[in-house]
Amino acid sequence: MSMPFYVSPEQLMKDRADFARKGIARGRSVVVVGYDDGIAFATVNASRALHKVSEIYDRIAFAAVGKYNEFEQLRVAGIRYADLRGFSYDRSDVRARGLANAYAQTIGAAFTTDSKPLEVELVVAEVGASASEDALYRLSYDGSVADLRDHVVLGGDAETLGAAVAERWRPGLTLKEVLRLAAEVLAHGDEQRSVPAEDLEVAVLDRTRARRAFRRVGNRELATLLGVATDEGPDS
Amino acid sequence: MTQDHARLPAAFGRPGSSSFVDFVAEHAPHLLPSAAGGEGVVGGVPHGTTIVAATFDGGVVMAGDRRATAGTHIASRDIEKVFPADEHAVVGIAGSAGLALELVRLFQLELEHYEKIEGRQLSFDGKANRLATMLRSQLGLALRGLAVVPLLAGLDPEVGRGRIVSYDVTGGRYEERDHHAVGSGAAYARGSLKKRWRRGLDGDAAVRVVVEALVDAADDDSATGGPDALRDIWPVVVLVTPAGAVRVSDDVLASVTGAVLTERREACA
Repeated sequence: MSMPFYVSPEQLMKDRADFARKGIARGRSVVVVGYDDGIAFATVNASRALHKVSEIYDRIAFAAVGKYNEFEQLRVAGIRYADLRGFSYDRSDVRARGLANAYAQTIGAAFTTDSKPLEVELVVAEVGASASEDALYRLSYDGSVADLRDHVVLGGDAETLGAAVAERWRPGLTLKEVLRLAAEVLAHGDEQRSVPAEDLEVAVLDRTRARRAFRRVGNRELATLLGVATDEGPDS
Repeated sequence: MTQDHARLPAAFGRPGSSSFVDFVAEHAPHLLPSAAGGEGVVGGVPHGTTIVAATFDGGVVMAGDRRATAGTHIASRDIEKVFPADEHAVVGIAGSAGLALELVRLFQLELEHYEKIEGRQLSFDGKANRLATMLRSQLGLALRGLAVVPLLAGLDPEVGRGRIVSYDVTGGRYEERDHHAVGSGAAYARGSLKKRWRRGLDGDAAVRVVVEALVDAADDDSATGGPDALRDIWPVVVLVTPAGAVRVSDDVLASVTGAVLTERREACA
């Protein structure tokens, strides 16, 4: 075996981080915002089959940006983790915190030991009985976890879009208001005036639903909520 | 590599399977029921008894009595043996109660797991086949006296009507027409269903038919529990319509059961 050239650990980590960051920034952003009755997820995604937002468990959802095959594998692993845990203990013992930890270890291990880091950024969200009990974890490509409140933007130009959301978000917004906010922020990120409802992938964790809080918001309902359909009832 | 210990095992990320049962069998087989670790027939454990199901216009209904027996004594007066399997299917169980309840829990999880991973529900035949496979894997337990006999009913969106599927302990699945019953009181319940069921029933009428079948079963089978007005314990009845699988409320069942009993009382007077 030949001796590899010496690369300092700092340089190695920096190269890996740059590589992962570039991959993630190429994708479209996902906006995650809390509203009075839950947490809403919105992203620009023309595909109806390849989702970026998914249900993990009764009160837990997952949103991701980056390489589809990598985050799809993490999504399936998360569902298996949650279902196995709920089966061997109880449904109420499946929490977002445990899942976020498992993801952090997995992504972190890949970052330091695998031949290439995972080019993904995730959000694990959980709705509680009230907005103050909601949980929102952002996981970065290096396995670091951020425990956030209220809203977060992933991927693309996350910083600019995140600032735009932070500026306009306030507690107690309704679903309609946060979806309009998300749609406008996403359109701005795409340098367009507006994004057509059929190009948006929108889902919610609705705390008022009995067991499975996750629900996808279909095109027609979304158009009504965004107020773009002219034949619908009066919109405020 | 200390970090690798905390990492999710490789089996979690492996693509290809949407089955929770297959995943558990590979990754954590100790969590599944198994016949290993003993021989001979196991007796004295609680058994669930009668389950009835009937189709009607726009759906299907399933009902179960509330009794579990262990030999000649009553192990439970308020056990529940009928469960929504998902939004469009309902499963009821007769036989060894502990294993049957575990089978239901696993079956519900299997359907939900598939739905979450694939993004769509299994077809009705897919659900029926999965249940058959799960039963077959428990044949060893059945041979030791711990048989589980489920009854599956649901709406099949592809044919647009309710369907009922019964099973034997080997995992054999049999499509039933119109109505069916399983468990110790099944013979009496089937007799009742044959006379009371008609084509073109609506949901309310179908609830009455299955409740009456259970009353008939409880009348002649000691292991089937009748309606218990003393303790307000009524059968568990689940209606499956295009709007979903919904358990009928106790208030409705109290009045339906009351009507059936009043009619019987008048007939005897």
